[in-house]
Amino acid sequence: MKDKKVILITGTSKGIGKYLAEYYCSKGHTVTGCSRKESEIKNENYSHFSLDVTDEEKVKELFLHIRKNQPGLDVLINNAGIASMNHVMLTPLETVKKILGTNFTGTFLFCREAAKLMRKNNSGRIINFSSVASDLAVEGEAIYASSKSAVVTFTKVLSKELSSMGITVNSIGITPVNTDLIKNVPAGKIDNLLEMLTIKRLAELEDISNVTDFLIREESRFITGQNINLGGV
Amino acid sequence: MRMITTEKINETIYNALDEINQLLPGEKKIQKTEGEILYGSGSRLDSLGMVNLIVAVEQRIQDELGQSIDLTDEKALSQKNSPFLTVKTLSDYIASLLNN
Repeated sequence: MKDKKVILITGTSKGIGKYLAEYYCSKGHTVTGCSRKESEIKNENYSHFSLDVTDEEKVKELFLHIRKNQPGLDVLINNAGIASMNHVMLTPLETVKKILGTNFTGTFLFCREAAKLMRKNNSGRIINFSSVASDLAVEGEAIYASSKSAVVTFTKVLSKELSSMGITVNSIGITPVNTDLIKNVPAGKIDNLLEMLTIKRLAELEDISNVTDFLIREESRFITGQNINLGGV
Repeated sequence: MRMITTEKINETIYNALDEINQLLPGEKKIQKTEGEILYGSGSRLDSLGMVNLIVAVEQRIQDELGQSIDLTDEKALSQKNSPFLTVKTLSDYIASLLNN
C-alpha cells in the first residue's frame, strides 16, 4: 500500500469524522468526505460531497468521481452514524428506520461500492464503526445498539467475501466521545455507560485515530473480520 | 437516444473479459465468443469470478458507453432465464437495459 493514500470518510461535517478527515489531510493523504451538510474543512487535500449516505444514486456518483479522478481507493472509514435513546415501547418506527438507514444501510452501500474500486488494485482497508453499546446491551439504546450489532456481523461476513481481493474489513467499537452524537444524552446515562467499561472515561479523538492508523498500516494486512472495542468491554 | 449496437456491447463485455482473464490461469481463461458459457454448468468462472465479471462489465459500460446500469437489480434476478448464462444472453440483457 502506498505512503500517500486515497481515503474516503463518511460523516465528516463534525465530530469524529471531521477530526479524522483533518488528521489524514494533515498527513498528506488525499481525503474525500461526505455528509448531509456542507463541510467547513479547508484543505487542498480534501474534497467534499453533500449527500445522505442512504441515497444510492448520490453514493454511486461519489464513487464514480473517485474512480475518474483518483488512481484507486485505499481506505474507507464508515463513520457516519446517528443515535437515539429511548425505551423500546416509546420508540417511533420512523426513528428505527432512520437509525438503521444511516448506521447499517449507509455502511452497506459504501462498503459495496468501495469494494468495487479496491478489487482492481487487489488491496484496500475498510473500517466500519460499531459501538460498545452492542456488547454492553445498554438499556435505552436497543435500536442504536442493534444497528451497530448488524455492522459487526456485516463486517465479519464481508471480510470473508473480500479476503481474496486483498481487502481487509474491520470494525472499531466506539465508546462515548465528546461530540455532537452524545450532546442530547443526559450526563447520568453517559456516566452509567462509562462505569461499564474497563477504562472508565470518555474516548479522546486520538484514541480512535490510533486504531484507524493501526488498521491502515501495511503490516496489518493479516488482520480482518475483527471488532476492536475501545475502553475494554 | 442513440441506439447502442450489439457489436459495441459485445466489445465492452470482451474488454471486461480481458480484465478478468488476467486473473485466471490459461485453461480457465474465458473465450471471447457469444456462445461462451458464463454461468452454471460448463462455465469456467467460479462464483467470485462471476462477481468480478459483473462489476467489471458495469464499470466498463459506465466508462465506455457513458451509461450507468445495475446488472444485479431485482429485475435481473427475477428473469425466467438468467441473463448471465452466456455472453450472448448477457449482451442481449444489457441491450434491453440500455435501449429501452
